[in-house]
Amino acid sequence: MIVEPQCARFDSIALEGGATLSPVEITYETYGHLNSSRSNAILITHAFTGDAHAAGISHETGKPGWWDNMIGPGKAFDTDRYFVICSNVLGGCQGTTGPSSMNPVTSRPYALSFPVITIRDMVRLQKMLIDSLGIGKLLCVSGGSMGGMQALEWAVSYPDVVRCTIPIATTWRHSAQQIAFNEVGRQAIMADPDWSDGEYYDKKPPARGLSVARMVGHITYMSDESMREKFGRKLREKEKFGFDFGVDFEVESYLRYRGSQFVSRFDANSYLYITKAEDYFDLTNGTGKLNEAFRTVDTRFLVISFTSDWLYPSYQSQEIVRVLRRINGDVAYCDLQSNYGHDAFLVDIAEQSEIVRGFLDSTARLAQAA
Amino acid sequence: MGQAQAMAAIHHQQPVTLSERPDFHVIGEIVEPGSRVLDLGCGEGELLAWLVENKRVLARGVEISSAQVRRAIARGVSTYQGDIDEGLADYPDKAFDYVILSQTLHETRAPLQVLREMLRVGRRAIISFPNFGHWSVRLAMLLNGQAPKTRLFPHNWYNSPNIRFLSINDFESLCRDQNFPIERRFFLAGARQIGTFPNLIAQTAVFLLG
Repeated sequence: MIVEPQCARFDSIALEGGATLSPVEITYETYGHLNSSRSNAILITHAFTGDAHAAGISHETGKPGWWDNMIGPGKAFDTDRYFVICSNVLGGCQGTTGPSSMNPVTSRPYALSFPVITIRDMVRLQKMLIDSLGIGKLLCVSGGSMGGMQALEWAVSYPDVVRCTIPIATTWRHSAQQIAFNEVGRQAIMADPDWSDGEYYDKKPPARGLSVARMVGHITYMSDESMREKFGRKLREKEKFGFDFGVDFEVESYLRYRGSQFVSRFDANSYLYITKAEDYFDLTNGTGKLNEAFRTVDTRFLVISFTSDWLYPSYQSQEIVRVLRRINGDVAYCDLQSNYGHDAFLVDIAEQSEIVRGFLDSTARLAQAA
Repeated sequence: MGQAQAMAAIHHQQPVTLSERPDFHVIGEIVEPGSRVLDLGCGEGELLAWLVENKRVLARGVEISSAQVRRAIARGVSTYQGDIDEGLADYPDKAFDYVILSQTLHETRAPLQVLREMLRVGRRAIISFPNFGHWSVRLAMLLNGQAPKTRLFPHNWYNSPNIRFLSINDFESLCRDQNFPIERRFFLAGARQIGTFPNLIAQTAVFLLG
């Protein structure tokens, strides 16, 4: 399945923080076919550094999508049955308007003049895209991590538009620990002199800061056990310690590689804006009363967490499920056994596929009967 | 079309058959069509899927085993992975028409608490359990002088999931002491319903409280 991104353009979007962005573009990919009743559309929402290329092989780069093991013919999100859409988030740097986009007023990249955005703003732009595609009701919105936050926000902001929601490895509000790790990443970027208060687009980007931010991120995506299995104390292309500060251990080499790779595909200012959107995320707008946030919600939920995920621990998913039970909502929940930490929703997908497939199938048949 | 009817319609292509467990058949008889049903310890959701297809119920399940929850969700039953000893607290009063506890009471840590909670969140409670008063159990104990290992209770004492041992008479006297209103009772020897000497002859009991 060779895929190509598409782009939709809208005159403007009003943001939660009060600013208006004009114009705004959103890059997206689609897989499968929309049926005649337009009832088989699924929106996939990506995690922090993901993009619109969720499945298939990119025509441009030849690379598979970030959730290609979950989306495709015969897979959990079966493109023989469903029409799957994935778009790059607002504030991103892979085709959707973000801080690296051209500000039409100044003809220069927005940089820090880009307005601060929220998860709700990302979802609002996705809703504009869905409307423009002529889809009145989504069969499902699903995503992991920050994608799960968007899925939850969809269920709360547009309850009549979503039949079922599958939030995976996520939370209803960012915790102190999650904010703390994001802040370390932001500080690493802003401490890099090349960051130049965000005005680096015609200069050298803050590669060292962004790379350190990514290294921290990668540690939080794994687990103690998965790191022990993958790296242990193995040395990198040497028999004994170098007694210097070059690379000794495999894990150091891996993190440096991941950091440097990331710099070539991600914009440092987008990193700042998107982590801020995550940190602001609270489905209850600060009241802490999740039952009130879910009051009008009428969609089915499948909530999934992973036993070794310490970045978005299972208790956060269980809080969502408990409140849904309290209001007698239709919710299924499973804490899947995995050693892969937060990364599990991307890599440890056998059991996740089994339940997503069955849950989608029953929802689709419910929709058909209704 | 309501959700219950729709849920029934969705199973048309995959007819659900009930396994040989006779208490399932009794429970299937008891549950009124279109009702709201919570199954505690629902396993792979077999009973609920059957009730959805045949009684068009609104089904919810609770199960502790991750593998069984996966299979229940995969067959379309909204199942929550959790412990029934603590999980019922979240539900509002009378959220369900029936709360089912089939072959699970003897595995609960706080059975009294579970029964009270069942009657709080459900208008009625259905409880089925293997009868520890059955003659084969009594005989095994008498003849061998060891913890009984029978067809009804096939486990060794050290690896049995059963942590409570109760007979039909035990359950009856509990209901008397606690003022749990027994609406109907069913005693099964194999798949056959029996009337006389249930505590001696019945292998399984099904009680409808409420």
